[in-house]
Amino acid sequence: MNFIIYISDYIMPFIFFYVIGLGLLTKTPIFDEFIKGAKEGFKVVFDILPTLIGLMVAIGILRASGALDLLSNLLKPLTDLLHFPSELLPIVLVKMFSSSAATSLLLDIYKEYGPDSYLGRLISIILSSTETIFYTMAVYFTAAGVKKTRYTLAGALVATLAGTIASVIITNLVFY
Amino acid sequence: MLNYLWGFMIIIGIVVGALKGNISEVGNATINSSKEAVSLCITMLGIMAMWTGMMQVAKKCGLVASFTRALRPVIRFLFPDLPKDHVVNEYIASNMIANILGLGWAATPMGLMAMKELKKLNQDREIASCDMCTLLIVNISSLQLIPVNIIAYRSQYGSANPAEILMSGIVATSISTLAGVIFAVAARKISHIKNRRR
Repeated sequence: MNFIIYISDYIMPFIFFYVIGLGLLTKTPIFDEFIKGAKEGFKVVFDILPTLIGLMVAIGILRASGALDLLSNLLKPLTDLLHFPSELLPIVLVKMFSSSAATSLLLDIYKEYGPDSYLGRLISIILSSTETIFYTMAVYFTAAGVKKTRYTLAGALVATLAGTIASVIITNLVFY
Repeated sequence: MLNYLWGFMIIIGIVVGALKGNISEVGNATINSSKEAVSLCITMLGIMAMWTGMMQVAKKCGLVASFTRALRPVIRFLFPDLPKDHVVNEYIASNMIANILGLGWAATPMGLMAMKELKKLNQDREIASCDMCTLLIVNISSLQLIPVNIIAYRSQYGSANPAEILMSGIVATSISTLAGVIFAVAARKISHIKNRRR
């Protein structure tokens, strides 16, 4: 399983090699385009900043007060049954509603346990595998003026559950 | 929704803090967290800009366009009821490519344009068409292959090898998307059978 980590090291450099290589071959003004794209990236981050501040403050309050530990302890009997770490359950639940709130909780896990711990790696992989359910549905269906969403929610939940279970299995296989 | 979520988080946190006697930590947390959010964004600024810059280069040398063409059979499979040369095919393809490349901000406008076209094709009905459900399930299962932001966060918080979760993440998100696709295809078949019975 070590070779999966090995491949991960190669992915980003390979992508850069391919894109830049293709750009040079096609005589595209790669640096000018890079700057153009990078500026777009700035916009994204600045757009996120106020939301991130608001949510990290809220999470900071929750954590400092001990409320999160309380919640984890409450959920422990259920999650032990599922062999799923109770510390990560709040994140998985919140992620269905709000990506930013989930992110703040994620950072909390990194702070408390470190990004390279079992919890840190597992939650990184879980969060890589799925998007916010209710927020995405709300945005897209409002644009289409649709009120009856039929099997969308069920499908989204199935996909999210599959991703979470797969993440647990993969993390255990690859890293431990 | 976020209004209530955020509001409750703060209220509950302060109440629990007061009850447990660590209200001073709560106060400090507000200050420290706001500082932390800014330093996080500074790290993100670099990594995001680098990634979106790369993707812009990819776009300009036609990589995105060729991926879009390559996606056509996938779109035929997932959305068999769509008219062949309708512009909605392009929107859906762009939405999927942007998602795969981690360009969420580019993916969403495309997804919304696709939804508007699907609405027209659905005769403006208030009930979702199978195509709309499929598009959403696929989007929510997350097509994003490279979670650039998570790698940025891991780096900020001292990971020895932030990108080590890449391949595992790709496998996990592929499985979630596969599950979503199977569900969407099955649900569509079931709904067609139900319609024929009527």
